[in-house]
Amino acid sequence: MSGFNKVVDSFEAALEGVEDGMTLVSGGFGLCGIPQDLINEIARRGTKNLTVVSNNCGVDEWGLGVLLVNKQVAKAISSYVGENKEFERQYLEGELELTLTPQGTLAEKLRAGGAGIPAFYTATGYGTVVAEGKDVRAFNGKKYILEESITGDFALVHAKIADHYGNCIYNATAQNFNPCAAMAGKITVVEAEEIVAPGELDPSQIHTPGIYVQRVVQSKAEKRIEFRTITEV
Amino acid sequence: MPLTREQMAERVARELQDGYYVNLGIGIPTLVANYIPDDIEVMLHSENGLLGMGPFPTEDQVDPDMVNAGKQTVTATTGASIFSSADAFAMIRGGHVDFTVLGAFEVDTQGNIASWMIPGKLVKGMGGAMDLVAGADNIIVIMTHADKHGNSKLLGECTLPLTGAGCISKVLTDLAYMEIADGAFILKETAPGVSIEDVQEKTAGKLIVPNDVVEMVFD
Repeated sequence: MSGFNKVVDSFEAALEGVEDGMTLVSGGFGLCGIPQDLINEIARRGTKNLTVVSNNCGVDEWGLGVLLVNKQVAKAISSYVGENKEFERQYLEGELELTLTPQGTLAEKLRAGGAGIPAFYTATGYGTVVAEGKDVRAFNGKKYILEESITGDFALVHAKIADHYGNCIYNATAQNFNPCAAMAGKITVVEAEEIVAPGELDPSQIHTPGIYVQRVVQSKAEKRIEFRTITEV
Repeated sequence: MPLTREQMAERVARELQDGYYVNLGIGIPTLVANYIPDDIEVMLHSENGLLGMGPFPTEDQVDPDMVNAGKQTVTATTGASIFSSADAFAMIRGGHVDFTVLGAFEVDTQGNIASWMIPGKLVKGMGGAMDLVAGADNIIVIMTHADKHGNSKLLGECTLPLTGAGCISKVLTDLAYMEIADGAFILKETAPGVSIEDVQEKTAGKLIVPNDVVEMVFD
């Protein structure tokens, strides 16, 4: 299997080549399905001046919030940055550049970026600040704005199960932005809760085909819950 | 009397039809789920990537991998499906979601909506709100008629940064249900005990009052 065995045995090896000033695309929504071990490794390496592309930036001390606290992030492209005091502080004090991007536009920018489509028209944001400076065109009488796609030097992904080929299956809503991120990385690194031998996954159940994935590593971090809401029995 | 939050949710739920795929925004819109009639089936869409959102889990069912668009733990109903965020927004942008309910700070007579940002206050981001208003055809905005200081939220022109332009045609407030057409709010229903004059007084934008305005009825 040689060339197709993408499993590496450490987080350090998984993120070999990450350098200052790079763009990192991350899967996850809030704290759900985030690549926490890979984020921790970026924190350990101390890589600086990063651009992070992620729907949210975690909370203080967890998720991408870890990198914010370490002042490793120069620019963030996100749709929502609530629930994160350190983010707010750095943004308000001008330490951090933030490009707010509508959630669906962000997901599509990553999907399109990975699909080799450099830009696309969407009605989302027409007539708002999001449209400023962007090309506007009418199709069938409705106005759309031109949004440019995004790719990253590295994409960080969290999967439930991956095989040696990098084929991935996600669990429940931990899927979220992970398949989009996986497509958008020049080097896509998957941390998986379980790594299985080739042939163990049903090909028709794969969410992300291994062609998008360059490295696979065993994850170990706990999963945290942002808002624990319960139905009392 | 102005409608309570619960009555606003109950009134909006009357717009639901059997077989609807529905997206409910955060806040009062979420309460609409409590008033889905027993004799119809609707499926709730959560834009992080879940169609068929169920109630909050019991203590035993809690799964950190299972959350809604508000990052709260949830369950999936029978017939649910789970997909990527790109697919979740393809459903919205592609017009596949039948009915959308969301809150707002302001709505104007051009169908513009402002719901995500108040200059000078903390910017948290638009999340999926801009995608929802641009993509959905059948949207109801649900909000109070006036703000805490008594200022009308139904304007001739929104003063806050827009979430979407020309995309809103139905508004339910605690005082009235209105539609938007031809540059005006058109009064359709008033809350029980609320007079047309009350609505007129608290509506800053042009309000048309037809002859057939009815009073809402609640059990």
